[in-house]
Amino acid sequence: MCIMFLLEKLKDLGILSPRKAEDYKKAWYKFSRNPLSVAGLVIVIVVVALAILAPYVTPYPHHAEYYVDFANANQPPSLAHPFGTDQFGRDVLTRIIFGFRYSLMMAATVLAIVTPPGVILGLIAGYYRDRWIDTVIMRIADIFVAVPPLVLALSICAVLEPNIFNAMMAVSLMWWPWYTRLVYSMASSLRMEPFVQAAEIIGASKIHIMFKEILPNCLGAILTKVTLDAAWVIILGSALSFVGLGAQPPTPDLGTMLSDGAKYMPTIWWITIFPAIAIAVIVLGFNLLGDGIRDIYAAEAR
Amino acid sequence: MSSTLLNVEELQVHFKVYGGILKVLNDVALTVNEKEKVGLIGESGCGKTTTMKAIMRILPWNAIVPKAKIYFKGKDIMKMSDSELKRLRRRSISMIFQDPTAALNPVFKIRDQLFDIVKYANLEMGKNLSKKEIEEEAIRLLREAALPEPERILDSYPFQLSGGMRQRVCIAMALASAHELLIADEPGTSLDVTIEDQILRLLKQIVEEKRTSIILISHALGAVKGFVDRVYVMYAGCIVESARTPDLFREPLHPYTKGLLAAVPKLTGGGIPSGIKGRVPDYMNPPLGCRFVTRCEYAMPICEKKQPRMIKAGNDHEVACFLYGE
Amino acid sequence: MRLTTYIAKRVGYTVFVLLGLSILIFTLARVLPGDPARMALSPRAPEWAVEKLREQLRLNEPLPIQYIYWLRDVFSGSLGESLVTRRDVLTDITEFLPATLELLLFALIFDVIIAIPIGMLAGRKANTWIDNLVRGFAYIGVTIPAFVFAIIFLLIFGYILQIAPTVGRLSPGVMPPPRITGLITIDSLITGNFSTFVDALSHLILPSFALALGPIAQEARITRASVVENLNKDYILASISHGIPERLIVLKYLMRPSLIPTVSILGLDIASLMGWAFLVESIFNWPGMSRYGIIAMLRKDLNAIVGVVMVTGLVFAIANILVDIIVSLLDPRIRMVERAK
Repeated sequence: MCIMFLLEKLKDLGILSPRKAEDYKKAWYKFSRNPLSVAGLVIVIVVVALAILAPYVTPYPHHAEYYVDFANANQPPSLAHPFGTDQFGRDVLTRIIFGFRYSLMMAATVLAIVTPPGVILGLIAGYYRDRWIDTVIMRIADIFVAVPPLVLALSICAVLEPNIFNAMMAVSLMWWPWYTRLVYSMASSLRMEPFVQAAEIIGASKIHIMFKEILPNCLGAILTKVTLDAAWVIILGSALSFVGLGAQPPTPDLGTMLSDGAKYMPTIWWITIFPAIAIAVIVLGFNLLGDGIRDIYAAEAR
Repeated sequence: MSSTLLNVEELQVHFKVYGGILKVLNDVALTVNEKEKVGLIGESGCGKTTTMKAIMRILPWNAIVPKAKIYFKGKDIMKMSDSELKRLRRRSISMIFQDPTAALNPVFKIRDQLFDIVKYANLEMGKNLSKKEIEEEAIRLLREAALPEPERILDSYPFQLSGGMRQRVCIAMALASAHELLIADEPGTSLDVTIEDQILRLLKQIVEEKRTSIILISHALGAVKGFVDRVYVMYAGCIVESARTPDLFREPLHPYTKGLLAAVPKLTGGGIPSGIKGRVPDYMNPPLGCRFVTRCEYAMPICEKKQPRMIKAGNDHEVACFLYGE
Repeated sequence: MRLTTYIAKRVGYTVFVLLGLSILIFTLARVLPGDPARMALSPRAPEWAVEKLREQLRLNEPLPIQYIYWLRDVFSGSLGESLVTRRDVLTDITEFLPATLELLLFALIFDVIIAIPIGMLAGRKANTWIDNLVRGFAYIGVTIPAFVFAIIFLLIFGYILQIAPTVGRLSPGVMPPPRITGLITIDSLITGNFSTFVDALSHLILPSFALALGPIAQEARITRASVVENLNKDYILASISHGIPERLIVLKYLMRPSLIPTVSILGLDIASLMGWAFLVESIFNWPGMSRYGIIAMLRKDLNAIVGVVMVTGLVFAIANILVDIIVSLLDPRIRMVERAK
């Protein structure tokens, strides 16, 4: 398809080395075999684009902040307001798109903060398995996974000032152990592989072994998890703001919109239903994308 | 002259996979007579197991069978009713799978699996055995498969047994439901050579004692040579040669068979043989003509255009090669 | 042997982990920026009230001392006093926990009796319309978070169709049965109060189903994938080739290995159930420990928060131990490995 053509062109231009181009072409082939994965990619791209361009593509960007227009409040969906207006007269469609912005920002921030330390700790614990450092790291990780994630997130947020920044910090704080566990299980079995032992015999440094030998083999699982986690963090964020511990009004957050609207059900349904659909769409997109990425790294099924 | 037990004619099996259709079996035909020991040799991936699975009708869901004429004692297996098929599986034919570890359900004890087999095999004969009788029968079968301490084995899980023991358990299971034809798919391949030898000896003894027919599949020529009466040679989904065992080894006709025999290093010296050049054809786009054409020393123009059919080339010796006629 | 030693090991491990958890929450609450007392009372409260609260919560003492006081309280059977209810948190939790457990129990029941059959059906009829239908529903179930389902159910079944009640555990005017286990359904069955049982059940349906949809979808997917994988395994083909009747193969030889991944996931599903209960209980006004916890979190009721988190951790740990035992019953290889260790 066009992607293949694009990759071929990049190879010709010398931007991509021939081997890398082949790798990417193969990856795209495996990915695109499932139309659902491509659909997921499209959804994610659209959502990200909307989020980045939010001030420019939304009909009423100023509705995303403090704004009231009670004359126009609680209007059902119409041409002027495709998703209707909320109890303050703000355009629901605009707020949803800005809500995407905050959700994605949260997902990106949390995952960026959490992944490097989580992965590094997992590599160390896995490679030095059964030494004291393994026990220390994994026991601490165990403490964080002893309680269902949502509960932990809620309680950490509970002891902080409720705002979106603290919500991000809270989720970051409790999320890293999942990466550590994932990488730990992979690293501890990989370290027994011949290629690792060969590197040890040659005298490669531990850092080299961990990052240049073991880590590349974990990349597939990590990448898949990051994508699926994006969906999870967005859900968590919405849950936190739904309860009132995350983003605060007037910030447009999908979760806050849900909880605001819940009071007005069932008559003024659009305030709740559209944000709910929006959450479902963005989560669906990341889930499909994550499954597709998993397919790239999965062994060929006979 | 013993009568024909199994007659396979024109068997074609295709598999639907992601990239397209794999046309694996290409008009396979073979015959097994009563009390006869038949060997089927060929390299990995040439379709031996697929042929057997087609006979037992246990092909995977993505298998397409455009053509199949498989007769057991005159009856078309493909057209059998459910009850006839049950009878076939419980009394007449049984298969010993290639990997004994995979063939045993890992989460059940041997007794669960073996008892059920014995129970239904006997049910088919109208015998409703009591639990005790089933157990006795099971123990007897395990002993027949040369397993010491059958009671302990019954109470074990597959992973607690050694590879050789698992293979014998599979043999015992097959014995319960194979009274006319036994299909042994590369028995002992995954095991130590010495154990493999024991297993083959055991099979030979059982088959001769019980006067059962057997199809022995192998990719090792030596295993087949001392065992079977007749041999079929298979390449890339086609039967390319069939002959009585001594004839085949003494006078191989098909270029592939010649290559196979030549590829075995001889203890008497002569260096390491060079093997057969070339690669197995792509099942997705098989050649129009003979499937061996790209690797054949004697390839002629006609080999690329037409597919050779099995023709008589001697006493009980058939070969599918244009070298010997059309 | 193994079972009791194993349980003892797990219990010890759980205690250790819960202790660590308590230290974590404790520290976070008092170390992070923000004054818990001030947050609990509101910015406009007079300074003397805040100071009094600080004294009461012992916030002025050094951190380790505070923790020791808390530990001491726990060992004498108290989880501190709740700012909201003015009672011992332990008393509060004992009162509300059964409601949450009942909700979780029914969600689990829904989960198992729906997910496993449809998962096995989809696996056996892979790539047919039945399979695609199941996979489609499963996708929706996995994607949409439970609280969104809760709101949708509330809207559709509660308000529009009005076929199920949406608030509380019993309709107004219905007398609750004597409190034996605290689970109204069980208690009313034990005491023979059938109409109360039905009423309680009707209140349970919406919230527990909303909770269960996610796990149902997840378990169905895993069961389906597992069945598809196992159907092609040699041991199933061998059973077929030996003439074992199909029904027996499916219900016995296919089911047990296929359920192993499903049950292994059950632990995570229970975690998800317990987490989402916090939101679903609020939406349905279900008087459970989770709703109590949310209120505590919003009101910055420190002792209650810590108490709820600890009890949640405890319940979760017990559930995990049970799940692990069930898995080892299904899969003998795991049992043996433990033994070998």
